[in-house]
Amino acid sequence: MLTIATGNKAVAAAVKAARPGVVAAYPITPQTEIVEQIAEYVTDGDLESRYIPVESEHSAMAACIGASVTGVRTFTATSSHGLLYMHEMVHWAAGARLPVVMANVNRALGPGWNTWAEHTDAFSQRDTGWLQVFVGTVQEAYDATLMAFKIAEDERVLLPVMVNLDGFSLSHITQALDTVDIGDFLPPCHLPHAIDTENPLGYGPMTGPADYFRFRWDIERSMRDARGVIAEVEGEFCERFGRSYGPTEDYRCEDADVVVVAMGTLGKEAEVAIDRLRDEGIKAGSMRLRWFRPFPDLDLAGRDVVVIDRDYSFGFGGVVAHSIRSKAGVSPYSVIAGLGGQEVTYNDIADFVRDRCPGEETWFGVNDHV
Amino acid sequence: MYEIRIHSRGGQGGVTAAKLLALAAFRDGKYATACPFYGAERRGAPVVSFVRIDGEPIKIYSQIHEPDLVIVLDTSIMDVVDVLQGLKAGGTVLLNSAHPITGCNGASLHVDLTGIALAENLVVAGSPILNTPVLGALAKMGVVTLPSAEQAIREMFADERNVKAARVAYEELKA
Repeated sequence: MLTIATGNKAVAAAVKAARPGVVAAYPITPQTEIVEQIAEYVTDGDLESRYIPVESEHSAMAACIGASVTGVRTFTATSSHGLLYMHEMVHWAAGARLPVVMANVNRALGPGWNTWAEHTDAFSQRDTGWLQVFVGTVQEAYDATLMAFKIAEDERVLLPVMVNLDGFSLSHITQALDTVDIGDFLPPCHLPHAIDTENPLGYGPMTGPADYFRFRWDIERSMRDARGVIAEVEGEFCERFGRSYGPTEDYRCEDADVVVVAMGTLGKEAEVAIDRLRDEGIKAGSMRLRWFRPFPDLDLAGRDVVVIDRDYSFGFGGVVAHSIRSKAGVSPYSVIAGLGGQEVTYNDIADFVRDRCPGEETWFGVNDHV
Repeated sequence: MYEIRIHSRGGQGGVTAAKLLALAAFRDGKYATACPFYGAERRGAPVVSFVRIDGEPIKIYSQIHEPDLVIVLDTSIMDVVDVLQGLKAGGTVLLNSAHPITGCNGASLHVDLTGIALAENLVVAGSPILNTPVLGALAKMGVVTLPSAEQAIREMFADERNVKAARVAYEELKA
């Protein structure tokens, strides 16, 4: 059905279609609309699910973990400080190989107190073993959330998936949304190591030095396999519903001399900048990085690369710029822009391309290269 | 692309007006996005919302710096906010006012949305509802069609008085 919706409402609509058995959540700006809408679906009988309004985000993830070990499909949503508050349990969900799906509405961390978009919250969870996808439109928020359940629950993966959308600039923007009848796209969740609630037993998760590393390797093996599973699921989604996704969304890259790499809404806005630059005769393209974990192979060799990081690792640099440097073997022009919702327009992005200095880093709004 | 900036005060429905307008444009078969700019939300504080309407999918997420149309739902804001900032040459201003206001440029239109809402007794928590009548004025201006404006209102609000208020605004809008 074709309508309009905010990014938050799109996520909630996808969760309704996915029919999780348990949703546990704690509200936080700018995510609250997701869990409010899901609570309303449950109250109105549109979603048959156990909705657990917990007292904190740590408990939200703990409740999802407790539910997920029984083999039931689970969902939660959070943002920023909420995500960091559940950090211990975020590790646990991946280590216990539970296909929890979580929407994270990307928001900066305080202090200074700030509720606007930034990716540092998600990147602070990058080594937890969660798959992470970043979306750029309301439609994609819906589609990626649906696909997240199928990818997480695939027996070759069995790892949790985080769907990231920019706070306010996507969570609260209203765009067209085409909801689908998912049919049998999402088969019932089957967890091979689910506990048997009819036969309760105690488990000790103690794993000694002789075995622990094997479990870690198994997470990495699944993370590597996940690339193929993601491609399969995105392929099936396209076949059934006609919308195509990949590890990146490439725009006018084929003959580009310079490629802008960005994530989320800035990655979409970059396409407008590319059109302007092309009009000036600059052969530019953009690559919106969708999957952050597993990190995709990117073909960027032989051209200038401008990376926009809406994040920062203090004492090191832009997280995406350094990921590109190590994984794609190029030395990008690293632009730190959009922190805490800093206004960045397509004109600014076009300027980043015009003024690029490969190998250097600059902070948008701060004078000179640093 | 047609770009609209809506000025209002927190609680007056400017954000909902943007969503309604985007929905009406969408029902006209166009692409539309509504982006509220959220500050520290407080009732009564000046807020802005943005609407973009185009024949092609809209990829811009940043704020509107050079609007084609500025809508002012509360003209008392004009004492503290430069509502004309960045208005395109030949752009239009729509004021919620029973009378023309001096100082706006020649393309300023006005309609008494507050009076229309009060006449229909469209009041929530002591505030007249402005976001449904304004859609009628925008239909008169040709930003959206009247049938799509009415459809959008009905999709978001059950109370038929909202549609009536939009029709009254459609009739009353004058330059």
